[in-house]
Amino acid sequence: MEKLEVRGVSKCFDGAPVLEDISITLRQGELVCLLGVSGGGKTTLFNIISGLVEPDRGQVFLDGEDVTGKPGRISYMLQKDLLLPYRTIQDNVALPLLLRGEKKREARAKAAALFPEFGLEGTERKYPAQLSGGMRQRAALLRTYLFSQNVALLDEPFSALDTLTKSAIHDWYLDVMERIRLSTLFITHDIDEAILLSDRIYLLTGKPGRVTDEIVIREPKPRRKDFNLTPEFLAYKKRILERL
Amino acid sequence: MRFMKTIRTALGRKGPAILAVGLLLAAWQAVSASGLVPAYMLPAPTDVVRAFWTDAPQLWEHSRITLQEAFYGLALGTAIGFFLAVLMDTFDFLYRAIYPILVILQTIPSVAIAPLLVLWFGYEMTPKIILIVVSSCFPVTVGVLDGFRAVDRDSIDLLRSMGAGCWKIFRYIKLPSAVPQFFSGLRIAAAYAVVGAVIAEWLGGFGGLGVYMTRVKKAFAFDKMFAVIFLISAISLALMAAVDLVERLCTPYRHLDKKS
Repeated sequence: MEKLEVRGVSKCFDGAPVLEDISITLRQGELVCLLGVSGGGKTTLFNIISGLVEPDRGQVFLDGEDVTGKPGRISYMLQKDLLLPYRTIQDNVALPLLLRGEKKREARAKAAALFPEFGLEGTERKYPAQLSGGMRQRAALLRTYLFSQNVALLDEPFSALDTLTKSAIHDWYLDVMERIRLSTLFITHDIDEAILLSDRIYLLTGKPGRVTDEIVIREPKPRRKDFNLTPEFLAYKKRILERL
Repeated sequence: MRFMKTIRTALGRKGPAILAVGLLLAAWQAVSASGLVPAYMLPAPTDVVRAFWTDAPQLWEHSRITLQEAFYGLALGTAIGFFLAVLMDTFDFLYRAIYPILVILQTIPSVAIAPLLVLWFGYEMTPKIILIVVSSCFPVTVGVLDGFRAVDRDSIDLLRSMGAGCWKIFRYIKLPSAVPQFFSGLRIAAAYAVVGAVIAEWLGGFGGLGVYMTRVKKAFAFDKMFAVIFLISAISLALMAAVDLVERLCTPYRHLDKKS
């Protein structure tokens, strides 16, 4: 069964259609990319999936249950890490558990157990300002993971990082995903990033945004370190560029 | 070694100020000693120190009363200010209704309403506390309100996506975000508080530094006048420093050592 399904979602803002008849699916453990130009309604789609915005038409299903317009089920991570500057890393990461009503000690313990997995050990008592951009994004990802251990929405999470940091975090990310098998829907406008990380790519184009194509990346995981230098990679890239 | 270095850098930063104050005091002492100004009108700094010393028990007693008024007024004013800020942030209607009134209240000098308060509430502590409440409420309200309004919309959305309702958004985002601005408001309010108390005491009362001031004025005791003026300024500074200290303790994340 599909983990997450978006069925025929349309949305207008002030009479201007932003999304039209969007249908996408995400299976257990899959990493699916939504690739499209900025301002193409990708963020609106994420707000609809997370329940913050109601679609005009269409539904969102999580594990077969209709969660349209119901926040609190699926959380997301943005380009901005949105770590609260006045909370330590462990308290930031444990926040979704606290919001769910868990006791502070238990929430901290649960969060702390995952710090090594995310390469964050030693940062528990630090404040966000003391961490590098890459480390902050790791913490933000751990927070998202703790909130909904089965589905994560990531909205251009690494696009604010410089090229080298980004490359390092991609390696790290693929590695972590391999172990925790998080089903992920990933927004990006970076074609290389999409091919590198995804199992499948949806192309979201036009105004209003429509899903115009679906591309399956057949490269097995874990992927070679130099996958982005192979002819296969370039063939995917060429195909996407032609269709965008 | 490191300790000495810290002292030296601190001296390096504050050095010019210390030097300037020292020169001013020296010039003052010189003017008094030369007899250019009669000693009863402008007592020498050394006379002021002596007056402070001989009157220390009385000054202490009056300070206690003034500080007590300042404390009650500040506590009440801060509580009301905070409460108003929460109300105004929650209900936009109240914001539009109350904010202009607060601004108008703020433009009325406390010296102008103090006599009225004394007539209404008598010579006891009440008019003094009310005056401090009125003048300390505004900076706290404005500070906290600014803090609430500066919260990042995206942070609120993120918490909503995690299922947080109004109360949890307030508890985990709005309240802690407003703490720094709350303290900058409180710092200003603390400075107003002592001045407010003294002004109200001038106009009538049984004790306090303002009452002491009017007494020594009537006796033309200039040295004591200066002593109490310096004392009031020192108390204001100490209160502001105390607020800064509490602020540092409450917001460790704003005072991080970058190297750690």
